Amino acid sequence: MADFVMPILGADMTAGTLVEWHKQPGDRVKRGDIIAEVETEKGLIEVEIFVDGVVERLLVKPGTQVPVGTVLAQIREEGAPPTAEMELVSVHPGAAGPTLPPAGVTVQPPVLPPIQVEGRRLRISPAARKLAAELGIDPASVRGTGPDAAVTREDIERAAAQRAARPAAPAAPAAAVDRWTRLRQTIAAAMTRSKREIPHYYLSTTIDMQRTMTWVNAVNAQRPVTERLIHGVLFIKAVALALRELPELNAWCVDGRVVQKTAIHVGVAIALRQGGLVAPALHDADRQSVDELMRNFRDLVQRARAGSLRSSELSDPTITVTSIGEQGVDSVFAIIYPPQAAIVGFGKIVERPWSVDGQIMSRPVVMATLSGDHRVTDGHRGALFLSAVDRLLQEPARL
Amino acid sequence: MTRDEIRATVLRLLGNIAPEADLTKLKPDVSIRDELDIDSMDFLNFVIALHDTLHVDIPETEYPKIATLNDCVAYLEGRLQVG
Repeated sequence: MADFVMPILGADMTAGTLVEWHKQPGDRVKRGDIIAEVETEKGLIEVEIFVDGVVERLLVKPGTQVPVGTVLAQIREEGAPPTAEMELVSVHPGAAGPTLPPAGVTVQPPVLPPIQVEGRRLRISPAARKLAAELGIDPASVRGTGPDAAVTREDIERAAAQRAARPAAPAAPAAAVDRWTRLRQTIAAAMTRSKREIPHYYLSTTIDMQRTMTWVNAVNAQRPVTERLIHGVLFIKAVALALRELPELNAWCVDGRVVQKTAIHVGVAIALRQGGLVAPALHDADRQSVDELMRNFRDLVQRARAGSLRSSELSDPTITVTSIGEQGVDSVFAIIYPPQAAIVGFGKIVERPWSVDGQIMSRPVVMATLSGDHRVTDGHRGALFLSAVDRLLQEPARL
Repeated sequence: MTRDEIRATVLRLLGNIAPEADLTKLKPDVSIRDELDIDSMDFLNFVIALHDTLHVDIPETEYPKIATLNDCVAYLEGRLQVG
């Protein structure tokens, strides 16, 4: 039996509200199916399932806010026999199920056994133990989600967040909490964690954009408006291809352990109209053509602003690209979004004096920056990465 | 289509792009992008919306002609008369 849990849709998420089930007990599901909708500070998220099987039980009723990691449903994997409980549990709107908490209230996650097993020592990293001491959390009371059920820093942080979220008195409905405040709090938590834990190094280079701009303008002149490109897509593709050359930057650092990622999922920072931002993934960006990337990027921006992203888009990015230059700044030295190991920034494309073959001329240039996690890479490799981005942007037709 | 109808259409489409904006306060002679804080993707979506609604395909080289509300309305009025 596989547990379907409230996913962590970004390092800054501590809880989510189950809005709607898209599947019912007995329904067959396959990997990638949308099984539920969850509301977070960043909008409505369509949550995908990652196993093939049959929905056995739905454990949380729509309208319920639960911490991340809470088991929402159980999925009987392919080949496993059904249980007698399957038909007993249903959460059609209005149905009363004995296992379901009431809608509209915040519940704590099911009481899960701590990871300490009789005769076995608690598995916890030194960093997590130190954080637990700082936050006053008993590690033995925390369920570990790391290798061999080890307690990680994230488990400790989650436990602390759940403790903080526990109301002393009956709380107002979650919706009454100021959404803006919650969004700022969650962004603050992620960025504070990043600045506290990640030893950033920063690099920058100025890139001649003449060839890229000329190429994009020529392409767009031949196309109807619905098929035009924006140069930001070229940035994304160049970053994705540069990661093939410097794959160590395409990594997560989880609890001090570096996890090299093979797939290149580029998170793109998207400002939300109501404030705040999200950075959902363009999956396998290195393998998409520029036109495919443009279509998917446009779709992603529209869905991000409409609040209908998918869970994998929020949980999968292996690096982030932020193009804040459109707001008029020359450069951005961004804060890494944990557990990623790097973030690439592009400033405003501006006309500057530029030396070409000994001649000074006016060229459009952009400042590209890299913020890297020094635990994962060194500046030398980061510099090679930015050089690769520069080189790739000089041959836009080959991107 | 009258000038007022074009203006109303443009404002409606901008409202879809920037739903949080108070378009009654949009300064007609100031850059739409600056006024509404919209980026190149938003602007492309605006141009696509104009195309879908008014059937006017605006070349990228003519984007400067629709930079402000007044310019945009005047440009579209000319294109619709010609078209």
